[in-house]
Amino acid sequence: MSAPTTPAPLNPDGSRRTFMKQAGGFLGLALAPPFLSQAERLTALSKKVEGVSTISLKVNGTVRSIRAEPRVTLLDALREYLDLTGSKKGCDHGQCGACTVLVDGRRVNSCLTLAVMSQGKEITTIEGLAKGDELHPMQAAFLKHDGFQCGYCTPGQIMSAVACVQEGHAGSEAEVREWMSGNICRCSAYPNITAAILEAKTKMG
Amino acid sequence: METNQKENAPTNVVGKPLDRVDGPAKVTGAARYSAEINVPGTVHGVLKTSTIAKGRITSIDTSRAAKEPGILNIFTHENLPKPAKTPKQIEKWRAAQSYLPMQDNQIQYAGQPVALVVATTLEAATQAAALIKVTYQVETPIDSYLDPKAELFDPQKIQSGKKDAHVVRGNPQQAYDGAALKHEATYVHAINHHSPMESAATLAVWEGADKLTVYEASQNVTMHQGNLAELLGMPREQIRVVTKYIGGGFGCKGSFWPHTILTVLAARAVNRPVKLALTRQQMFTGVGHREDQEQTLKLGATADGKLVSIVHTKKATTSPWDNYTESNGKIMDMLYACENYSTVYELARANVMTSVWMRAPGEGPGSFALESSMDDLANQLNIDPLEIRLRNYADHDHSNGKPWSSKSLKQCYTRGAELFGWDKRNPKPGQTRRGRMLVGHGMASATYPVHSSQGTARVRLFADGHAVVEAGATDLGTGTYTVMTQVSADALGLPPEKIRFELGDTRLPTAPGSGGSVAAGTVASSIMAAAQDVWDKMVKMAVADKKSPLYKAKPTDVKVELGRMFLIKDPKKGETLVAALGRSGQPDIEGSGTGRYGAGYEEKNFGQNGADPNNDNKEKKTGGHSMHSFGAHFCEVEVDPDLGTIRVTRWVGVHGAGTVLNLKTATSQMTGGAIYGIGAALMEDTFRDPNFARYTNADLAGYHVPVNADIPNMQVEFVPETDPYINLLGVKGIGELGMVGVTAAVANAVFNATGRRLRSLPMTPDKVLEAMRLPA
Repeated sequence: MSAPTTPAPLNPDGSRRTFMKQAGGFLGLALAPPFLSQAERLTALSKKVEGVSTISLKVNGTVRSIRAEPRVTLLDALREYLDLTGSKKGCDHGQCGACTVLVDGRRVNSCLTLAVMSQGKEITTIEGLAKGDELHPMQAAFLKHDGFQCGYCTPGQIMSAVACVQEGHAGSEAEVREWMSGNICRCSAYPNITAAILEAKTKMG
Repeated sequence: METNQKENAPTNVVGKPLDRVDGPAKVTGAARYSAEINVPGTVHGVLKTSTIAKGRITSIDTSRAAKEPGILNIFTHENLPKPAKTPKQIEKWRAAQSYLPMQDNQIQYAGQPVALVVATTLEAATQAAALIKVTYQVETPIDSYLDPKAELFDPQKIQSGKKDAHVVRGNPQQAYDGAALKHEATYVHAINHHSPMESAATLAVWEGADKLTVYEASQNVTMHQGNLAELLGMPREQIRVVTKYIGGGFGCKGSFWPHTILTVLAARAVNRPVKLALTRQQMFTGVGHREDQEQTLKLGATADGKLVSIVHTKKATTSPWDNYTESNGKIMDMLYACENYSTVYELARANVMTSVWMRAPGEGPGSFALESSMDDLANQLNIDPLEIRLRNYADHDHSNGKPWSSKSLKQCYTRGAELFGWDKRNPKPGQTRRGRMLVGHGMASATYPVHSSQGTARVRLFADGHAVVEAGATDLGTGTYTVMTQVSADALGLPPEKIRFELGDTRLPTAPGSGGSVAAGTVASSIMAAAQDVWDKMVKMAVADKKSPLYKAKPTDVKVELGRMFLIKDPKKGETLVAALGRSGQPDIEGSGTGRYGAGYEEKNFGQNGADPNNDNKEKKTGGHSMHSFGAHFCEVEVDPDLGTIRVTRWVGVHGAGTVLNLKTATSQMTGGAIYGIGAALMEDTFRDPNFARYTNADLAGYHVPVNADIPNMQVEFVPETDPYINLLGVKGIGELGMVGVTAAVANAVFNATGRRLRSLPMTPDKVLEAMRLPA
């Protein structure tokens, strides 16, 4: 079983099976907890890449460089290296959406994205949404409709909401709820978040 | 005249649905939470936790981990400096868990910290923690009270000695035996985890050997400061705890937990600021949980459904060291008119960390049992669920014989039923369909006590017409920043934008934390008291000032309202605080005050037994009234009879909670409380493996909390309620109230939909399908 030189084509019947075949060996290691330590599994699963290099990220229209290892996630690059702490770490596993940012206009979980792979892309974070003192319509709507309490999931909700509207997934209350369900709000401001998005949609042009 | 005064006043914002004053910072990402404070030189701490639940560490090999670049130190039980005191030795304060890990080689629960790596980058610390090799001598753990190896015992006291484990009133068993109607049922509640979006986090900054600042995700900065002072053997004032923003807590950040002291000790040893945030997985074994438990409830009633006896027992899991369990019995003791009551708690030690209060502790699971059984009783009698509650309506508190300070539960029932359209409900279970779905309607009562509390605040009014108001409280997202700005604005007669309210710092006047629903009532009262101190000083200044319209007036003839001092007999004669201060040449004036919430307030203002002359209950130490907030929930569900899924499709909650300080934030909080309860009702269940006593679903993919698509439109209202006995402003806390009764309302709606009574939370599809297979 050798690694393919080009990515397997995304063929609806074959892709999953192909992936499973290719990954079978690794998965075997990953799913054998009692016999191998986590570290050993990690080592087995990854080709070791060491060392700090310069990573240039275009965040909110400005290119900034950091010296970091290739294993640094986009979320940690923003928070720990660029001091842009608006993007939040809720789970670090892509389960909660608090870290949502826009990469080339698409919403992504920045905790599941490597900084090194985000070079050359347009990254927009919550800090880049307002124009000076003028809030983005989505931010203003969240404020007006009280679409948050503790505020920790809020940057992710707002970034996700902007994309949700731009994707054309804010056609109805039900649609907004469905397409916003990747962003958990434990204070449970959901009804207010939904109302905010439906209002902001009309003002986003 | 007074009405005119108010209309002409520059501000009158208490109660208004003001946008959150901290909102702009939160929607722009400018609000910095504890792990986001930028302290130069900060390094990263990462915990490694035990993979076994019981045994001992035979060796820890850190050699490979130490080779990672940027490692400053790897602490284990062998080299971590010892604190001055252990949590068990704390006297004045209290850590939720009396056991501190990393003091020896013993393992008592899965997920127990065994090492703490400090490195210059988070990545290096994380990798090194993974590379530490821990060898254990494994012993067989006990996983819960259900484990055959577990032994139930009588704890005598629960909640670390605060409450009795046996409460008896009247003659409950005899009354039950003789009752015309009897109902007995057992209710099971899963383990729940608070799961705030922000992990618990500590940033410890030592400035010399005797000065420490800790940025902590804390619901109570004073509590964290007090515990740290004792554990470190330092004076409290040498330790500063700061929490400007906190990403939710729901109880788990209102107690002291091991990671905080471990981080502080590590920071001192490496002589660098250390930041440590628990991972989401560690949040399931680092900051407590709602314990796994079952309750057996026996209700005895007369033939027409009047309760004559409530006999309640609870079994629950606790840790190897502490006797914490939620006091579920409280609500059974007081919600209805019943002369005979008892509750008994039995605990079993298992290899789990100590559980802790979680939103509506006791009242949440307690109301599930009580309000489900009441629904059954109504069904047995063939009467409306509202009717059974009205027949047992408590006109006074039967647990202590006291009159209520205020109670609007009847109004909540009436208004809720009206908003919901309760009269259209089909009382026959299993009869209503919407397409394939079975539709059901249920309701339940809510109540939460007023916990007596007090705190202080400082008000500094500046001559240019702005003010700084300070109290060491916290804002969990509950709106403290906003409502206290509103209270301050009205007290000083300034627009809200001229008020800066500061909280979350032990350097500020001591205030209670956010917990037990005490913050709003206590801090608002403290601010009022501090403002009144400013008023008194200003009135004295004005009556001595020739240029003041109040010159030579007697201070007792002057009243202050919305920032304006005036003669009571001639309200036109007067001036604003700011005008008088501006003329004085003094740049600012400061006042401070103590606010009281609950029994302490009543005692101070109405005497030992309150204002009610008929109250002869002299043996009670606290005031003369029983203080509770009340409410009612109404719920519609759709149950899929083939898949067993339950969806909440409509919700109405109506509550009586005294003065509402901000209608917008209060409505959000009550809505959120109900959704928190819907989570407990339908999906929240941390599963502890019976063999390994480890959680099998400790993350947000495995532990399901409600998401947007789970939740319908929610309607929440408050009924007007005035309570003169509870505090200066008549405010009752609402943090917990919104969740009480929610699980029962859902279960009652499921019963109405299916004719099946589900008594085990959460009501997941497997349990629904199993119930559907049995005859109704």
